[in-house]
Amino acid sequence: MSEDIGPHISIKAEKIFEIFGFPVTNSLITSIIVTIITIILAVYYKKQTTASKKNGFYYLMKFFVNSIYEMFRSVLGDKIDKFFPILFSFFFYILLQNWFGLLPGIGSILIRITEGHEQILVPLFRGNNADLNTTLGLALISVSLIQYYSIKYMGIKGYLKKFLNFTNPIMFFLGILEIISEISKVVSFAFRLFGNIFAGEVLLTIIAFLVPVLASFPFILLEIFVGLIQALVFAMLTTVFISNAIAEHH
Amino acid sequence: MTADAMKLLATALAIGLGAIGPGIGIGIIGGKAVEALGRNPDAESPIRTTMILAIAFAEAIAIYALVIALILKFT
Repeated sequence: MSEDIGPHISIKAEKIFEIFGFPVTNSLITSIIVTIITIILAVYYKKQTTASKKNGFYYLMKFFVNSIYEMFRSVLGDKIDKFFPILFSFFFYILLQNWFGLLPGIGSILIRITEGHEQILVPLFRGNNADLNTTLGLALISVSLIQYYSIKYMGIKGYLKKFLNFTNPIMFFLGILEIISEISKVVSFAFRLFGNIFAGEVLLTIIAFLVPVLASFPFILLEIFVGLIQALVFAMLTTVFISNAIAEHH
Repeated sequence: MTADAMKLLATALAIGLGAIGPGIGIGIIGGKAVEALGRNPDAESPIRTTMILAIAFAEAIAIYALVIALILKFT
């Protein structure tokens, strides 16, 4: 039991239980729930596209998909149809994760677990993007995709030429800078998403402890907006990097 | 000076100094966006989208400082 009655803020996800030595953290539980919700929504939407009588959900989703499609098409041009599924998946999954973390009960339902010899209270659910492991995973997927498409569109020779170029000393040092910039993409993707969502959670917790009634309301609206913007920024940055990586350099 | 006091000072300095740059940046972005809007009021929606994206990038730098501050505070 913790004696202090201050807000419970932990920078890393806490372990709830283990399955054969595999630690299941509270953010993993949330992640599984959100993944299932995403799959259900996607399958339902797919079913609706062929239905003869479509309902409101279909038109809402279509509006969403259409506006994101138009926005990404202005960056990628006619290659958009090849990349749109993965980019929209990034956007939609991160958006659902961010908004799911704002629901009542996430972070406020506590359960008692035994750690070592003492019992401690930890939240059962945790907003998934407030865990650095999740955002690091998403960032690694995104940067790997960028490398994969770069090799696919420019050939292995053109890809390596971007990093190792011995024609003159300036190009050689630019190649080293390129390698550093690829690595820093991972860090910046991961920290941007993690920082925004975790900072939002800390902000909401602190405000709720300062003024218990009504004061968190405008901040929750702000967090809904931030969640949308961060999901958009993640997908948009991936788009811009992919469009840079597959463009021919002269 | 004790280690705890040092830690508090480091937390405050990390976020305080880290917020200066993005603050200036966001100010410049907003000002330029309004300027562009004044010149071409028809292009409001692309300007707004670009502005929000650019602000999110500038804000990310403040968020890096915030992450450092939070790590210092809560570990």
